[in-house]
Amino acid sequence: MKGIPAIELRNVTKKFGSVVANKNVNLSVMRGEILSILGENGSGKTTLMNMISGIYYPDEGQIFIDGEEVVIRSPKDAFRYKIGMIHQHFKLVDLFTAAENVVLGLEEKEKYSVKSAAQKVAELCERYGFEIDPNKKIYEMSVSEKQTVEILKVLYRGADILILDEPTAVLTPQETQKLFAVLRKMREEGHSIVIITHKLHEVMSLSDRVSVLRKGEYIDTVVTAETTEEELTEMMVGQKVVLNIERSEPKDRRERLMVKDLNCTNTDGVKMLNHVSFTAYSGEILGIAGIAGSGQRELLEAIAGLQSLESGEILYHNPKTDEVVELRDKNTKQIHDLGVRLSFIPEDRLGMGLVANMGIVDNILLRRYQKGKGMFVQRAKPREIAEQIVEDLNVVTPDLKTPVRRLSGGNVQKVLLGRELSFTPTVLMAAYPVRGLDINSSYTIYNVLNEQKEKGVAVIFVGEDLDVLIDLCDRIMVINSGTITGMVDARSATKEQIGLLMTKTDGGAEA
Amino acid sequence: MAFLSFILRFLPRAVTQGIPLLYGCTGEILTEKSGNLNLGIPGIMYVGGISGIIGGFFYETYAAEMNPVLTILIPFVCSLLGSGLMALIYSFLTITLRANQNVAGLALTIFGEGVGNFFGGSLVKLVNNGSAEIKLNKTNVAFRQVLPFAKDWGWFGELFLNYGFLAYLAILVAVAVALVLKRTKTGLNLRAVGENPATADAAGINVTRYKYVATCVGGMIAGLGGLYYVMDYQMGTWANDGALGARGWLAIALVIFALWKPHVGIIGSVLFGGLYILYNYVGVARNIEPLFNMLPYVVTIVVLIITSIRKKRENQPPASLGLAYFREER
Repeated sequence: MKGIPAIELRNVTKKFGSVVANKNVNLSVMRGEILSILGENGSGKTTLMNMISGIYYPDEGQIFIDGEEVVIRSPKDAFRYKIGMIHQHFKLVDLFTAAENVVLGLEEKEKYSVKSAAQKVAELCERYGFEIDPNKKIYEMSVSEKQTVEILKVLYRGADILILDEPTAVLTPQETQKLFAVLRKMREEGHSIVIITHKLHEVMSLSDRVSVLRKGEYIDTVVTAETTEEELTEMMVGQKVVLNIERSEPKDRRERLMVKDLNCTNTDGVKMLNHVSFTAYSGEILGIAGIAGSGQRELLEAIAGLQSLESGEILYHNPKTDEVVELRDKNTKQIHDLGVRLSFIPEDRLGMGLVANMGIVDNILLRRYQKGKGMFVQRAKPREIAEQIVEDLNVVTPDLKTPVRRLSGGNVQKVLLGRELSFTPTVLMAAYPVRGLDINSSYTIYNVLNEQKEKGVAVIFVGEDLDVLIDLCDRIMVINSGTITGMVDARSATKEQIGLLMTKTDGGAEA
Repeated sequence: MAFLSFILRFLPRAVTQGIPLLYGCTGEILTEKSGNLNLGIPGIMYVGGISGIIGGFFYETYAAEMNPVLTILIPFVCSLLGSGLMALIYSFLTITLRANQNVAGLALTIFGEGVGNFFGGSLVKLVNNGSAEIKLNKTNVAFRQVLPFAKDWGWFGELFLNYGFLAYLAILVAVAVALVLKRTKTGLNLRAVGENPATADAAGINVTRYKYVATCVGGMIAGLGGLYYVMDYQMGTWANDGALGARGWLAIALVIFALWKPHVGIIGSVLFGGLYILYNYVGVARNIEPLFNMLPYVVTIVVLIITSIRKKRENQPPASLGLAYFREER
């Protein structure tokens, strides 16, 4: 079978509306080979793999399995061609045992019994060296055990092409090493493995070849042994694009928010923030760069009083009274009562930011109702603010009562930003504020952030587009798996430098 | 021996009280395991009861000579059809149209009580003999037929053999449902649908079909509770008095008490039945009778408190109970 790829994609293109997620991608994986797919957030890695596993259907291009052209329309088709995908979000029934999850939905000829299922799963574990109790319930398992069950599920179904979507994102270095040992074992048995990742050291240590995607486009495939981390980073981030965002020099720069040694672990036991310390100054934009899910959300929510912490301090310097107050372990109301004017634009605009079924006025009222007197709500002031926002930020809406979910993404973001700015904040935190927005709306948002900076607000901007971060921010802090890996001056930083800080882990899994 | 004679008087009454609850409970457990919270059970039991009465009434009134098999079979099948149709309405509303399950269920309960009382009233008018109720003299005898040798077995016969066939069927059905849920592939798939429909869907299980079948079969089982109540417990009479609805709600409480395990429901039904009629045996004034009627609910609340404190995952309701399933956008 050498010579003919186990799976090959030729000129595969996928569009969602006007957005091109994948453009003319060519890929091939041999039997007994591990291929890494490397790319930044939004480079189209997951979309590509979803096309192989039958979740999406390509608009153009061909897929070949063992040299024959195939059509994969559903996950069931993918099963038939022995393709198994391990998703980032596990699809397991918590209340069932490992064995029950593995056999779920399978139509087998022999009579079903819990015992024989457990037996077969145990045999599979033995063969590949998994350490797992088939009778353990999923809800009692750690993340890595759950992942093992997912892998067992596809192996049990006879998959010999395995696709893993960021499998190490939730694992500790030790667990990652174990996973890699299993994957190598599978390679020896002749399985083809595709692993999506953006951790460079994992690519270097595990894979035979690397394919790089950037903004949906296929860049190149290189043999791992013949490349370097620097070369891969360059392929991944590409050339710097000049955006012409205005940037003024910070004025009257003073300590506003001091974060010291924050630690936090999520419910799965994964460390989300690891000794995070930094200071945000008034009159500057501090950018936060990192792969999605590296702890940005936890960091912002901790500052906003929405995330409990294991240890650390969050200190706020009040410019009016010149006092320093501790914000940790206080809820949003308590923080507000301390006279801290903190505004937070969360990533999930219609979930955390606004109430989707309420109009602009009522959404503004949400942040102000405690100011009213008497038992009836007073809408006069919120309505004034709403009118002001619509005018200032060019919000396109039929009227102020239209539920915000009916507005476009850009207009929703403007409403949210406008509401938060109407409180004249001293600290403004924005998570991915231009995600999904068109160019014009994006520039409106950049301008608003710049205005705030000139007013002396400490702006914290979590972004994903490195070009924007470099052109907009004054300093950029890089976060990588909950650890701050660098603080660079945006005026002199390069994309390669930031890209390496985002993806490289020192002292990580050296297997 | 006073105690034994008390048991002999009390326990059979508790069992006959408990059987309608057991049917309702088993049916509702099957339904809930598919993730559907069917609060229409009281209404379904009404329709199951009145359908059986209608079938039996016409057969008894118009048949020249009554065939013993058909005397049982006609009301039985009518009851299954009636309650099955009710469950189908609920399924269509909540599974296909994804209507709110609580609203759909409560509407079905009100609707079912109305249907029962409307047709009950119509039948009374049809008979027009001055009585406010229907009585099926022959049909009820067939349903209440006990094993002929029950009398020869002394206290054992009185305690265990002295019931109509529907009582034994209730226990058989409960045991069968328990086995299906725990031991079979179908049961595994059904539980997966109720716990995590997205995962079940990804594993190739037809979520919609499982929900429909479980809800409809569950509804039919619950409807038999109504049939037992009118044919056996009420001795073939129909009265527009709302007493069947109270049994429906008790059955839903019993599901919680039984921790979604049909075999626990068997014991629970006798306990609930006993608590419900305890006032007859402890010599209390009639005006505090309703306080005793509350006892099953009090027990349910106690169980809820205990399971909520212990937080054992196995004793919790199915994780997606009450939620409509949308397949993610492709």
